[in-house]
Amino acid sequence: MARVIVVTSGKGGVGKTTTSAAIAMGLAKRGHKTAVIDFDVGLRNLDLIMGCERRVVYDFVNVINGEASLNQALIRDKNCNLLYILPASQTRDKDALSQEGVGKILDELKKDFKYIVCDSPAGIEKGAHLAMYFADDAFIVTNPEVSSVRDSDRMLGILSSKSRRAEQNEEPIKEYLLLSRYAPDRVKLGEMLSVNDVQEILSLHLLGVIPESKSVLTASNSGVPVILDEKSDAGQAYADIVARYLGEEKPHRFIDEKKGLFGKLFGSK
Amino acid sequence: MSLLDYFKISKASSASLAKERLQILVAHERSSRNQPSYLPQLQKELLEVIRKYINVEQDAISVNFEQNDTQETLELNIVLPDHPTKIS
Repeated sequence: MARVIVVTSGKGGVGKTTTSAAIAMGLAKRGHKTAVIDFDVGLRNLDLIMGCERRVVYDFVNVINGEASLNQALIRDKNCNLLYILPASQTRDKDALSQEGVGKILDELKKDFKYIVCDSPAGIEKGAHLAMYFADDAFIVTNPEVSSVRDSDRMLGILSSKSRRAEQNEEPIKEYLLLSRYAPDRVKLGEMLSVNDVQEILSLHLLGVIPESKSVLTASNSGVPVILDEKSDAGQAYADIVARYLGEEKPHRFIDEKKGLFGKLFGSK
Repeated sequence: MSLLDYFKISKASSASLAKERLQILVAHERSSRNQPSYLPQLQKELLEVIRKYINVEQDAISVNFEQNDTQETLELNIVLPDHPTKIS
């Protein structure tokens, strides 16, 4: 059975697109045929993060309107032949996406793909609503910062009341917490909410912590999902997340600060 | 204990302040999330009815909805003025 995963947060700039690109690539690299869809109509960016911006011919809205077939619009990833990208349209028409149209496309994708990753736009408007409506699993991307945590909680409320599963009284969407831009040294100084703090407030299952990392910008600069940078901390964090999602037991990493020479000499452990 | 710990300034951290604020806010927002959607309208109409007979202020009425496993409670609280003046 295919699973539809929504990557959402409410707040913008927390790392939804980075996460969507990384986990879609991770799932595909693990041998699962995966499609990743950009729901941010008017502000498409997933293509840029995936490095396929010059290969976009047709988009999501073209398929909904019947101007192109799904196969014409899907872009095969250059790094992994099990990964396909469905780019968002750059139209300014807010009503370009319809619930019926999105449902049809997802049903068609479900026949052929194992995982369908929906990259939600920020906010709680139509695009965000449609990205989460058909989801089976939700990855809530949160930064350890007050506004992001609050918005994540708001999103949880919407997932549990406005989704298809909620409306049809089915088993609720499985919700997972992905804490990104985490800085253990700042947590230790009491300047940043800790993983435990955020988990306690949101009471969510933690899928993984992604440390604040230079490699994320480097990856987006070059249009390569950060998970392919296997040496980087963020890349490894996403690889762990994919493994945990697939049911593997992996101890959490990147929660404690890295000790430099100074820390090793003077540190307590 | 590390040598460095002696030099740390001990004061309430901003992170613990953030946690406290969020816990209060999230609890409040969650409780209002579970309320039935008709509650604000109910409150408005109740106030209109009461005002036909007694002169009460807008904020003198509060409607509270509580939910636990076994029952739902709708609590209505009206603060009557000290000297109720009947509207003729």
